[in-house]
Amino acid sequence: MSKPSQDMRTPLGRVRGLGAAREGTGHFWLSRVTSVALIALTFFVVGLLVALNGASYGEVRAVLANPFVALLLIVTILTGLYHMWLGMQEIILDYAHSDAWKYTLLMLNTFFSVAVGAVCVFSLLKIAFGG
Amino acid sequence: MSAPATRAKPRPLSPHVMHYKILPTMLMSGIHRISGAALYFGTLLVAWWVTAAAGPEDYFNFVSWVLGSWIGQLVLFGYTWALIVHMLGGIRHLIWDTGSYLEKHTATKLAIATLVLSIVLTVALWAVIIWARMGA
Repeated sequence: MSKPSQDMRTPLGRVRGLGAAREGTGHFWLSRVTSVALIALTFFVVGLLVALNGASYGEVRAVLANPFVALLLIVTILTGLYHMWLGMQEIILDYAHSDAWKYTLLMLNTFFSVAVGAVCVFSLLKIAFGG
Repeated sequence: MSAPATRAKPRPLSPHVMHYKILPTMLMSGIHRISGAALYFGTLLVAWWVTAAAGPEDYFNFVSWVLGSWIGQLVLFGYTWALIVHMLGGIRHLIWDTGSYLEKHTATKLAIATLVLSIVLTVALWAVIIWARMGA
C-alpha cells in the first residue's frame, strides 16, 4: 500500500477501484471462474453417473473410493456449492427488500451451502478411506 | 433543506414483469435463474445419494429404489434439463462477456439456440441412459 502522500489518485479514483461493495468485480469474476471449471467438471460427473446407472452398492462404493474419482467429486461439489452460493446471494439481493429478510436469507444461504458441502465431503472421504 | 412532510406523488415504478410481451432473451434469462435455483436445492438430492452410498447397504438400495421409481426418474430428468439449460445459459453469458453476440437479433438467436439445444441434449442423454439400460 502506498502512503497517502505518494498516492496520486483522487478519493473518487480509489473508490472506483473497488466500488461501494468493497469487493469490486470479485463476485462477478468468481462466478465466471467457477462456471468455467464447472463445465468440465459437469461432463465428468454426468459421465460417471451414467456409467454407474444400475450399479450395485459394492460397485458404486468401489468407484467412489477411487482416489481420482473421490478428489474430482469433492472439487466438483465445492466448486458447485461456491457457484450456487454466489448465485443465490444475487437472487436474495434482488428480491429481499427489507433488511431483516435480506440478512436472514443471506445467512441461511451460507448455512445451507456449508451444510451440504460438509455432508457430501464427509461421506466421500468416509467411502474413500474405507469406512 | 428539510424533508417534506408528505410526498406530493408516489415515486414512479416500472411495470410488473407480467405486463411485458415474453421475448426469447427474457424467457431464457428467467429460465437461467429458475434452473439455477432448482440446481441449488437439487444439491440436497446429491447429498442424499452420497450419504446413502456412505451408509448401510439397505439404505442405499432404498434410495436407489426411490430414484429408480417413475417419480424419481421424472425428477432426475428435470434435474438433467436444469443442469444442461443452466450450463448452456452460462456459456451464453461467457460469450456475451467477450462482447460478442450482444446485438438484439443475435442475442435472440442465441437465446432460442440455448433452449432448443438444451432440450435436444437432455433427450439425447436420456436416450443413451435408456439404451444402456436395455443393453445391460
